[in-house]
Amino acid sequence: MFIAQTLPTVTSSWYLSLAALLFAIGAVGLLVRRNPLVMFMCVELMLNAVNLTFVAFARSMGDLGGQALVFFVMVVAAAEVVVGLAIMVALLRRRPDATTADDVAALRG
Amino acid sequence: MEFVVFLIAGAIVVGGAIGVLAFANPVHAALSLVATLFGVAVLFVAQNAQFLAAVQVIVYAGAIVVLFLFVIMLLGVDRSDDLRVEPIVGQRPLALLAGVGVLAASLVAVLSAGGSTATRTVRSTAVAIPTEEPDVTSLGRLLFTDHVLALEITAILLTVAVVGAVVLARRPGRDEPSVEADVEAEA
Repeated sequence: MFIAQTLPTVTSSWYLSLAALLFAIGAVGLLVRRNPLVMFMCVELMLNAVNLTFVAFARSMGDLGGQALVFFVMVVAAAEVVVGLAIMVALLRRRPDATTADDVAALRG
Repeated sequence: MEFVVFLIAGAIVVGGAIGVLAFANPVHAALSLVATLFGVAVLFVAQNAQFLAAVQVIVYAGAIVVLFLFVIMLLGVDRSDDLRVEPIVGQRPLALLAGVGVLAASLVAVLSAGGSTATRTVRSTAVAIPTEEPDVTSLGRLLFTDHVLALEITAILLTVAVVGAVVLARRPGRDEPSVEADVEAEA
C-alpha cells in the first residue's frame, strides 16, 4: 500500500475549509437568486455546511455531542422547510404571478 | 484512502452547490441539491458518523428535496428564471464580494487555528466517541439521556410544524370565511 503512504492525510482543517466554501456558495446564492424556492435551497446548503463543521469538530475533539447537535439541526431544518414551503403554497395560490421575492411587497409599510 | 474519498465527495459537494447557484430552472437546482446532500453524507461516513449519513440521505435527499420538487411541480413555477436581468443594480458584484469575504474570514479562522490539537481542551462533560460499539448505539444513548429534554421539544416542534403547514396550505372550506375574502373586503 505505498499509494496510501504518499497521499496527504486529511485533517479536520480540510473539512472545515470545504464547509466554509459550501457556506460561502450558499450565502452568495441566497443574495443573488430571486426565486424564493431556490433561496430556500441555498439556506439548506448553508445548514449543511454548518453540519459538516459540527461533525468535523466532533471527530477532532472526540466528543459525540457534536453529532447529537447535528441531529437536532436536521430536525429544525426539516420543520423550517415544511413551514416555509407551506407559506409559499399559500402565497402562490393567492398571487400566482408572484414568482420572485421582489413581487411580494404586501407587508411593506 | 480518506484523501481520495474527500477529493471525490468534495468535488461533488462543490459542483452541486454551484449548480444550485447557477441553474435557471428550479427543478435542476433541486436535483443539483441532491448531489450536494449525497456528497455531504459521504463526508459524514468518512468521519465515522454513519447514523448521521443515513439520516442525511433519508431526511434531506429523501424527504426535503422531494417536498421541494412537489411544491415546484404542484404550483407550476418550474419556468426558468431569466438570469440575465439584474433586479438591483450592483447586486451581483456586491453579493460575490460578500461571499468572498465570508469565505476569506472563515478560511483565516480555520487555517490560523489548524492543526494545533495540543491546545484544544475537551469539555469536562464530553462524551467520548466509542470505538468498539457502533456510533448509533452511543448516539442513541446520548440523545435519550443527556439531551432527552431537547429531544422531546423537537417532537413538539415537528407537531407544530405539521399542523401549521396543514393550516397554511389547505383551501378554506365553503362555509367558513377565508382570509382572502377578509383581505379583499378591506381592499
